[in-house]
Amino acid sequence: MPIVSPGFTGRRQSPDVQLPPGQYLTEDFPVLTAGPTPRVPTDRWEFTVSTEAGQKHTWSWQQLIELPAEKITTDIHCVTKWSKLRTRWKGVSLDVLLEDVETAADFALVHSYGGYTTNLPLEDLLDGQAWIAYRYDDDDLTPEHGGPARLLVPHLYFWKSAKWVRGIQLLLEDEPGFWETAGYHDYGDPWREQRYQGD
Amino acid sequence: MSDHVDGNALAGDLREIFAVDLTVATGQCAGCGYRGSVATLRVYQNAPGLVARCPHCEEVVLRLVRAPGRAWLDLRGTVSLEIPLSS
Repeated sequence: MPIVSPGFTGRRQSPDVQLPPGQYLTEDFPVLTAGPTPRVPTDRWEFTVSTEAGQKHTWSWQQLIELPAEKITTDIHCVTKWSKLRTRWKGVSLDVLLEDVETAADFALVHSYGGYTTNLPLEDLLDGQAWIAYRYDDDDLTPEHGGPARLLVPHLYFWKSAKWVRGIQLLLEDEPGFWETAGYHDYGDPWREQRYQGD
Repeated sequence: MSDHVDGNALAGDLREIFAVDLTVATGQCAGCGYRGSVATLRVYQNAPGLVARCPHCEEVVLRLVRAPGRAWLDLRGTVSLEIPLSS
């Protein structure tokens, strides 16, 4: 028999929901932004993968949405401590986009419209772990949540899931991004609570 | 509703790091050369840290991240800060 009832936690949380350490559950979808929200029309939108050898692979919006897409239902965890469960997305797997890209890179620096960047190991973008998402909850992704398209890497803190994504730069050496150069952890695994440098 | 507030939002966090109120200091933007008081910056605070942008060119001039027991201040977007002192 449980000694502490879930009622004493003060949070709406089902006892069978396991969250990463230090996180609380939210039902809404907070909007976080480090600057003005870019409004990128899809007829001017472009996504470019550039390799360490200088090769570029570019997709237009039309080319992106004609690629095989997946529906993803996943939990997301923000470093500001909210977690949201079973969010529903549609997007193109990075496995599809990187399939024909020849590279020896181990690292990726993700670039967004508006100037935001974030870095992660290339292997975290592969094997069904990351998508370029353009639908959320059966609707087009709104600019506030990163539309027309954002990166979705739900196994890392959500600052890695760059909004307004416009490209991925493949690199031989790790290059810290916007928050990673301002005190945040280079990798950002929520289950190991890697919020800040040294965590 | 505006997505940012003015630079006075930096006052509390900066006072903890500096002994003077830095929001009255005059900063110069590394992006466009704009000069103005820190209080005139556009601060985005619904974010993992405080991000202060130039009111003229919107480049990032100051970032401040707080963690338990420590803080990071990034001023690479600022050429200089002119800080008034009592003589």
